Amino acid sequence: MKHRYLPMTETDKKAMLEEIGISDVQELFNDIPESVQFKGEYNIKKAKSETALLKELTLLASKNADLRSHTSFLGAGVYDHYMPVIVDHVLSRSEFYTAYTPYQPEISQGELQAIFEFQTMICELTGMDVANSSMYDGGTALAEAAMLSSGHTKRKKVLLSSTVHPETKDVVKTYAKGQYVEVVEIPYQDGVTDLEALKSEMGDDIAAVIVQYPNFFGRIEPMKELEEIIHANKAMFVVSSNPLSLGALTPPGAFGADIVAGDAQPFGIPTSFGGPHCGYFAVTNKLVRKIPGRLVGQTKDDQGRRGFVLTLQAREQHIRRDKATSNICSNQALNALAASVAMTALGKKGVKEMAVSNIQRAHYAKKAFENKGFTIAFNGPCFNEFVVVLNKPVKEVNQQLLQEGIIGGYDLGRDYPELKNHMLVAVTELRTKEEIDLFVDRMGDYHA
Amino acid sequence: MHKEDQALIFELSTSGRVGYSLPEMDIPEVNLDDLIPAEYLRAEEPNLPEVSELDIMRHYTALSKRNHGVDSGFYPLGSCTMKYNPKINENVARIAGFAHIHPLQDESSVQGALELMYDLQEHLIEITGMDEVTLQPAAGAHGEWTGLMLIRAFHEANGDAKRTKVIVPDSAHGTNPASATVAGFETITVKSDENGLVDLNDLRSVVGEDTAALMLTNPNTLGLFEENILEMAQIVHEAGGKLYYDGANLNAVLSKARPGDMGFDVVHLNLHKTFTGPHGGGGPGSGPVGVKKDLIAYLPKPVVTKKDGEFVLDYDRPQSIGRVKPYYGNFGINVRAYTYIRTMGPDGLKAVTEYAVLNANYMMRRLEPYFDLPFDRHCKHEFVLSGRRQKKLGVRTLDIAKRLLDFGYHPPTIYFPLNVEECIMIEPTETESKETLDAFIEAMIQIAKEAEENPEIVQEAPHTTVVGRLDETTAARKPILRYQA
Repeated sequence: MKHRYLPMTETDKKAMLEEIGISDVQELFNDIPESVQFKGEYNIKKAKSETALLKELTLLASKNADLRSHTSFLGAGVYDHYMPVIVDHVLSRSEFYTAYTPYQPEISQGELQAIFEFQTMICELTGMDVANSSMYDGGTALAEAAMLSSGHTKRKKVLLSSTVHPETKDVVKTYAKGQYVEVVEIPYQDGVTDLEALKSEMGDDIAAVIVQYPNFFGRIEPMKELEEIIHANKAMFVVSSNPLSLGALTPPGAFGADIVAGDAQPFGIPTSFGGPHCGYFAVTNKLVRKIPGRLVGQTKDDQGRRGFVLTLQAREQHIRRDKATSNICSNQALNALAASVAMTALGKKGVKEMAVSNIQRAHYAKKAFENKGFTIAFNGPCFNEFVVVLNKPVKEVNQQLLQEGIIGGYDLGRDYPELKNHMLVAVTELRTKEEIDLFVDRMGDYHA
Repeated sequence: MHKEDQALIFELSTSGRVGYSLPEMDIPEVNLDDLIPAEYLRAEEPNLPEVSELDIMRHYTALSKRNHGVDSGFYPLGSCTMKYNPKINENVARIAGFAHIHPLQDESSVQGALELMYDLQEHLIEITGMDEVTLQPAAGAHGEWTGLMLIRAFHEANGDAKRTKVIVPDSAHGTNPASATVAGFETITVKSDENGLVDLNDLRSVVGEDTAALMLTNPNTLGLFEENILEMAQIVHEAGGKLYYDGANLNAVLSKARPGDMGFDVVHLNLHKTFTGPHGGGGPGSGPVGVKKDLIAYLPKPVVTKKDGEFVLDYDRPQSIGRVKPYYGNFGINVRAYTYIRTMGPDGLKAVTEYAVLNANYMMRRLEPYFDLPFDRHCKHEFVLSGRRQKKLGVRTLDIAKRLLDFGYHPPTIYFPLNVEECIMIEPTETESKETLDAFIEAMIQIAKEAEENPEIVQEAPHTTVVGRLDETTAARKPILRYQA
C-alpha cells in the first residue's frame, strides 16, 4: 500500500528482505505463537484522505458549543482566559513538540532552558524555593503532594479541606488508597475551611493539611490561621493555588506553605475538554530531594559554557524503580512551555494587571447579581468566582442560557448536596461589561 | 557569562517593556483594598521578565534551534517510538470545537467530543482485543498505576487481599516497579534467560497465592517477542494472578497479535508513542487502559457510554476505583491519536508494524558485523546491540552516543535494558526511508572504525553541538534549579 507517512518502496523492501535473508515480511512474525496470531485486518473504520477526514472532524467538532462562539461563565478549575497569540506560534516550532524528554542535553538545550525558566517563574509566583518541570495536572499534582507529605513525615493520615476542587479530592483519595493513606475531609464554614473542625482533627498523626487558595468557591482561605494550626502539629501545609491569582494575592510561600501545587492552565493553555493542562509542583528547599518528577539544573561544560541538564535523577522511577516514591515519567513539558510563553508575555506587570482584572470583574458581576435581588452565598473576598443562589436547578437554568449562547456556571449541587440550586460563577478578564450585564439579565427571575 | 551562552529570558528583561495586550477595562473599578484584605494583597511583584513581543519570539526561536526533534532529524530512540508526528493531528486538535470546550459543560453541548472519545475507545478495543477502555490516564506510567489499582480492586472484591505482589521482569521499564509500589504492591523480579526471554522456571518459582499480577511488555524491551506468552499466561492465571500488558511496544504487533488474545487482562497504551501524539519534549502523553470483562466494574469514573443515541458520562459505577485524574483524560492528545488512526485505517496500521519491524531487522543485520549482537534472532520493532567490543578499546556506549550527535542524529537509548552490558537500543520506526537508515548505519560503522583507529575522537565527542558534555555531578551536588539575579 502507499501512504504519505510510509516512505518505503517495493524496491526498498526487496533489497531489505534480501539483506535480512528472508523472502516475506511475515517471516519476521513467525515467533508469535500460531494460536495468538491475528489474521487479517482490524475491524475498524477505513482510512480517509486528508481533506475528507478534516471535513468529517470539523463537522464533528461543530457539534460542540465552544467558548469562542459562546460566552462562558463556567470555571470550577478550568478557565477561559486571554491567550497571547504568540503562545501557539512558539508551540508550533516542531523542534519543541516533536522532541522526546531531554535526556541528551547537548541537543536539548532549548527545551532544558525553557523548563529552567518555567521552574523559575513558578517559584516567583508561588513564593517557593524550588519548582519541578511539571506534573500531569493540578489534581494529580496535589495527590502527589499528599503522598510526598506522608512519605516525608512517616504519617499515614492527611486532612483535606472540603473547599478543595471536588474532582481533585477524588484523585487525592484514589492515590491515597494506593499507598494506604487515610484521608479525612474537613468541613467548611461560611465558604472557607472550618478552623475549629480542623483543630479537632489535628494531632501528631497528621502528615498534611491540604487546602485550596483561592478555594473552590472562589474564596480566600484564612492562610495565617491555617499555618499556625498545621505547623503547631508539625504537619505539612499543602496548598493548591491558581497561579494567575498569585499575580495579585500574597503567595502561599509567604504564608509558610511547604508544598504548593496546582494547574498552570490559566497561562496560555486551552480548556481542551479538561486536558492536557499543566500541573506544577513547588516546595521549600528542605524538600528538594523528595520532589516528584523531572528537575532541570544549571551547570557548565568543560569550556565554561552554561548549560542545563536533568538533575537529581536519583529521585526518579527509572533509577529507583520499586524504591521510587512517585512513578511519574512523562509530564506536560509542552504545556509548561505554553505557560512559560504566556507568563513571559504577561511579565511582571501583566500578570498583576490580569489578576486584578479578574478580581474587579468578578466583583462587578457579584454586585450586579445582588442589585438584581440574588443572594450571594459565602459572600466575602474572592478572586474570580463566587456563588449565586437560584430558585431552580442549575442544570435547567444552564440549558436555558445555552439557547442564548451563554455557558452558565457550575452546579455545586453535584458535589455538595446541601448546595442544591447554587451556581458557581466565574468571571475572567475576557468577560466584557456587556457580556456580564447580558448574563445577569438573562438569569432573570431565577433568584431564590 | 560565556560569550556563547544563550541568554535567559530574565537576562533580556528591561523595566518598562510589555509583551501583552489585555482586554480594555470597561467596568467601573473599585479600590482593590476594599475587595481584598491587605494581608492577602501581594506586597512584592513576582520577578517575571519584561520584554516585547519580538523579544519573546526571538528568544524562543533561538531556543528551538538548540533543540533536536523528529522534524530535525532521525531519532532512533529505543522504546520511545519516535515516529513522524502528522501535522493534520495538530490542525484537528486546534479546531475551536475541540480545543476550546469546557469539561464541565452540559453533556448536550459536547456531544461531538463525547462521540470522538467513544469511537476512539471502540477503535482501541478492537486494536487491543480487550472488552472496555478508559481514556482517563494521562500518560503511560499513570496508565500502569491505574491498571494495577484495577487489579487490586478486583482481588479485594474477591476477598483476596493477600495478593500483595507484582512480578516484573528484570528487563522491564523503570515505571513498572515504581507503579507497583505506588499502587501498594511489593515488586518481585523475574529473571530473563539466555535468550532474552522471561525464564519460565523462575516465573514458576515466584508465582503463588500472593501473586496479584505479572507485568509484561511484549515484545519486551530487548525487542524480542515473548514466545512463551501462552505458558506464562497459564502459569499466572492458574495461580490466580492477572496479566498486565505494558503497551509501550505496541508498534511492533499492530494487526499481528492482540494483547487480549495473548491472555492479558489489563493493558495500557501510550498514545504518544504508537499513535503519534507528539512527545512534546517530555509530555503531555495519554495512557488509556483496556480491560477484560471481569475488571470493567472497577474502571475509573466517569465512563463514556452511549444511551438512547446520546453519548453520556456514566458516574453510576459503585465499584469504580474512583478518579485517577480530574475530568476525562488528555483529550487533546486523544484527538490527535484518533485522527491518526482514522488516517491510517486497518490496512495502514498493518503496514505500520510491518515496516517498523522490517526496518529494525534490516538495521540489525547491517550493523551485526560491527557491534556485538546479544540475541541473534529476528527482532520486532527495535533491537539491542552491545558496545562490549568497543569498550575493550576504551570507547564506551556513552561515547558512541555522543559521537552520533556530531552526525546530526539523536542517539539510541543507552544502558537500558539493564540486563545487557553497554546496551545500545535502536528503534527506527516505520516512517523513515531506506536512505535515512543507510546513512545512520554508515555513521555507526564509521564510529566503530574510529573506536579502533582514533578512539579520542569518539571519547571526546560531541564536537559540533552548542555545548559539550555537561558537568552533571556538580549539577546534582550543588543544584541550581532557578534563575536568581
